[in-house]
Amino acid sequence: MKQLTNICAGIGSAVLLLGKSIGHAPTLLRQWPRFIEQCYLIGYTTLPIVAILSFFIGSVLALQAGYSMQSFGAKEFIGSLVGLSMARELGPVMVAILVAGRVGSAITAELASMKVYQEIDALETMNIPPSRILVLPRLAAVLVMMPVLTIIGDLVGWLGGAIVSKYTPFIALEPEKYFETLRRFMKFKDVLNGLEKAEVFGFFVVLVCCSIGLETRGGPREIGASVTRAVVVSLILILVLDYFVTKILI
Amino acid sequence: MTSDSSTRSPFSEAQTPAVSVNIEGLSKNFGDLVVLRDITLKVESGEIFVLMGPSGSGKSVLLKHIVGLEQPTAGRVLVDNRDATDPATREQVRMALVFQAGALFNSLSVYDNLALYPRENRLASEDGIQEKVMRALQILSLEGKAQKFPSELSGGMKKRVAIARALVMEPQLMMYDEPTSELDPIMSATISEIIATLKDEYHVTTIVVSHDRDLALNIADRVGILMGGKLAAIAPPAELRASTDPRIQDFLNPRIDLKNPRFKHLET
Ligand SMILES: Nc1ncnc2c1ncn2[C@@H]1O[C@H](COP(=O)(O)OP(=O)(O)O)[C@@H](O)[C@H]1O
Ligand SMILES: [Mg+2]
Repeated sequence: MKQLTNICAGIGSAVLLLGKSIGHAPTLLRQWPRFIEQCYLIGYTTLPIVAILSFFIGSVLALQAGYSMQSFGAKEFIGSLVGLSMARELGPVMVAILVAGRVGSAITAELASMKVYQEIDALETMNIPPSRILVLPRLAAVLVMMPVLTIIGDLVGWLGGAIVSKYTPFIALEPEKYFETLRRFMKFKDVLNGLEKAEVFGFFVVLVCCSIGLETRGGPREIGASVTRAVVVSLILILVLDYFVTKILI
Repeated sequence: MTSDSSTRSPFSEAQTPAVSVNIEGLSKNFGDLVVLRDITLKVESGEIFVLMGPSGSGKSVLLKHIVGLEQPTAGRVLVDNRDATDPATREQVRMALVFQAGALFNSLSVYDNLALYPRENRLASEDGIQEKVMRALQILSLEGKAQKFPSELSGGMKKRVAIARALVMEPQLMMYDEPTSELDPIMSATISEIIATLKDEYHVTTIVVSHDRDLALNIADRVGILMGGKLAAIAPPAELRASTDPRIQDFLNPRIDLKNPRFKHLET
């Protein structure tokens, strides 16, 4: 029962925070430097790990597909299989999970510590709403960076699949063939659907992480607790949203 | 130029009326914990009011009610006759609170800490802001520290930066939460001098929460003692010293008694 009220309170404060931040949207232009800084933090710092993970996910997909398809001689379809799985599902989900772990946790830690050390209170007394200078630039930045990260993830994943398909002896599929089926069976809409998903995931992850950070009560010990909660809630949220958004998009 | 009823700006000749604070029947509970019980108190415009009291007696909570960071359970707080919980009050009355731990923005340099308020509220051009910030730093003898970060400063310096940051707001009402705690006696005296000087020069209404007896008895116009959520006394320092109330005498001049130590009969 208590947990249920906590969840409702959490959703309530996140919605409230969203409303307040959107209300400040017109100030985004004069907060340009903050927006750029957040784009850098969200995009640039997650890029290496997104590339590494996508590469291996694409490789594993190609390996598994090649293994199961060799028996019925359909290995030229590996390209379409890797391409579609990356673009529609694994790319966006993986990028969202990495953003939750790498960026979301950092956001919660920063805002929670500002809260605990009364920096947030100080902002309020100075008539500077935290939703304006702390939350809005992050939400805007994640909306810009998610599609970029996801496209890079998709491309690197496809490439990983192609390399594995060529150099694995029992697959030995030429890249031309691989990319030919990839192109033939994949429509622009598949990539677009993936980007839309990534957009939704990233936005809600950042919103939830901001909200949990700002709702932190108590002393320095609570900062760690908030970070853990933010990451767990983000991961659950990504998978739940994934189901519903996929259902809507299909 | 100073008249008794107006606050001078530290940065210009501008004068604004000094404000009073009216606390009327204020009570505050956190769940079952009763922190403030029916407090009534008026702080006159232009005075230094020092609020003393044991740790945990609710002094910080009282200050938060005045700046509108907490909602009263009962009663109300009026600043310049406007309700403190109304967000508009903060726009009409300039109040600054110097937090106990400073609450400096750790990710910003000293300069940017001071410049944030005028920048975000678009109160001056960048040149005007620079002038104000440097003037505030100069008033607190911090000129050399503009480019430092809070983590590079000593405790006393952080307190002074926090005061300078409050000063940039050109406050009509200035509040300090334990400004001398954790400081050595000399630095404590320095901070007391700063508080009194700022009040004399700019005529801001000043509320200081502190259990620093030297500060209270030397710079206060009136002292209030908060005990068990109630105001046990409000009086000018001289009267307070002469008080015959044993609780107040014990609080102001605790005797260290090793034969009958206090901690043996603290209620738990
Ligand atoms: N936000 C809060 N939630 C619950 N209890 C609080 C909160 N703020 C303060 N308290 C409690 O109120 C009491 C008074 O706190 P405070 O005003 O900080 O004391 P002090 O007089 O030392 O400044 C303490 O017991 C503290 O635990
Ligand atoms: Mg306190």
